[in-house]
Amino acid sequence: MMDYFSPVAFILVALVFLAMVRLVRGPTPADRAVAVDTVNTLMVAVLILLGVVYRQIIFIDVAIVYALLSFVSTLFIAKYIGGDL
Amino acid sequence: MIAEILIVACLAVGSFFNILGIIGLLRFPDVYTRMHATTKMTTFGSVFTALAVIIYGVTAYLDSVNSQYAVLAIHTLIAAVALAFTNALGSHAIARGAHRAGIKPVQAVVDRLEEVGP
Amino acid sequence: MIAFLVTFLLVFFIYLLLTAGSGSVGFWSASELIAGAGLGIVVAGITRKFLCRSDNYRMTNPLRFLLIPVYILGPFLIEVTVANIDVAMRVITGRIRPGILRVSSGMKTDLGIFMLANSITLTPGTITVDIDEETNDLFVHKINVTADEEGKTVTPARELFSFADIPAWIRRIAE
Repeated sequence: MMDYFSPVAFILVALVFLAMVRLVRGPTPADRAVAVDTVNTLMVAVLILLGVVYRQIIFIDVAIVYALLSFVSTLFIAKYIGGDL
Repeated sequence: MIAEILIVACLAVGSFFNILGIIGLLRFPDVYTRMHATTKMTTFGSVFTALAVIIYGVTAYLDSVNSQYAVLAIHTLIAAVALAFTNALGSHAIARGAHRAGIKPVQAVVDRLEEVGP
Repeated sequence: MIAFLVTFLLVFFIYLLLTAGSGSVGFWSASELIAGAGLGIVVAGITRKFLCRSDNYRMTNPLRFLLIPVYILGPFLIEVTVANIDVAMRVITGRIRPGILRVSSGMKTDLGIFMLANSITLTPGTITVDIDEETNDLFVHKINVTADEEGKTVTPARELFSFADIPAWIRRIAE
């Protein structure tokens, strides 16, 4: 079976760099928070794909923990933007 | 064979929606419309790439009864579910924070929340 | 006591999912089972007041519980796919007409509002921005406001979705 997963991982990493453009340019803090959230989502997908490419299940466990921790950090950034913190 | 076609289709759909989400992030005028493009379309795309991995794990488990592949499928399923739930809550939190910080929706035709007040 | 038991079972189930395929007792090894039970007791002892805050054990009914995957794979997936294609077209053409609407949810319990708000947020084209705590109304940012919705002060939740009746499904599950 051919390896379909690594090209898609490459595409997603390129998209992470495109999202960085918004992270640097974003006029308001909320725009930057959205960009960070997008980068986190894409990184979880990349980690899942790399877990198949390198045959390492531990990558997917890392992806689960990364998704949950990035959720907590997003919540804190949102609270800070809204002025509740 | 069918599994291979399904995997390629899921990966194509996933990367297509991810690319469109990033284009929307760069193109749309304000934070709320950017959120429409990114947090939902990248979630959809990432869940589809995870679905491709799940299909790969299940078929590889059925071919060679090696429990490693079943573990791969189960863990990917948990990661996809965690991703979908946390992204919905996170984007809701960012939208609420942005509106409390006083960021107005650009080009909005109607804003019922503004009328209610803080 | 029921809160403790429910939390313990949930934690134990997730631990078993994460360690499946580790040994000989069924799919699990004996040491993993013991470690999972021990961790479950500790975690449930600490967090039992958070999961079952409203003293409402309707969701422990397995019929309602099994309806959730049916809901997610059936009507909800159709809605998300249709809305995603719609927003994809809007990304390409750039034709948008955004606005924030007041949506009456018609839900009575916390869980129902939670599920409806999450469903609205995960459907592209709509984000829940805020909640009116007294009347349980949602404030929804929509990417394409029609002239009909612009005139109304309160929009029913049913009209945000195109095909399936999502609020009725959520009411069936959560209330």
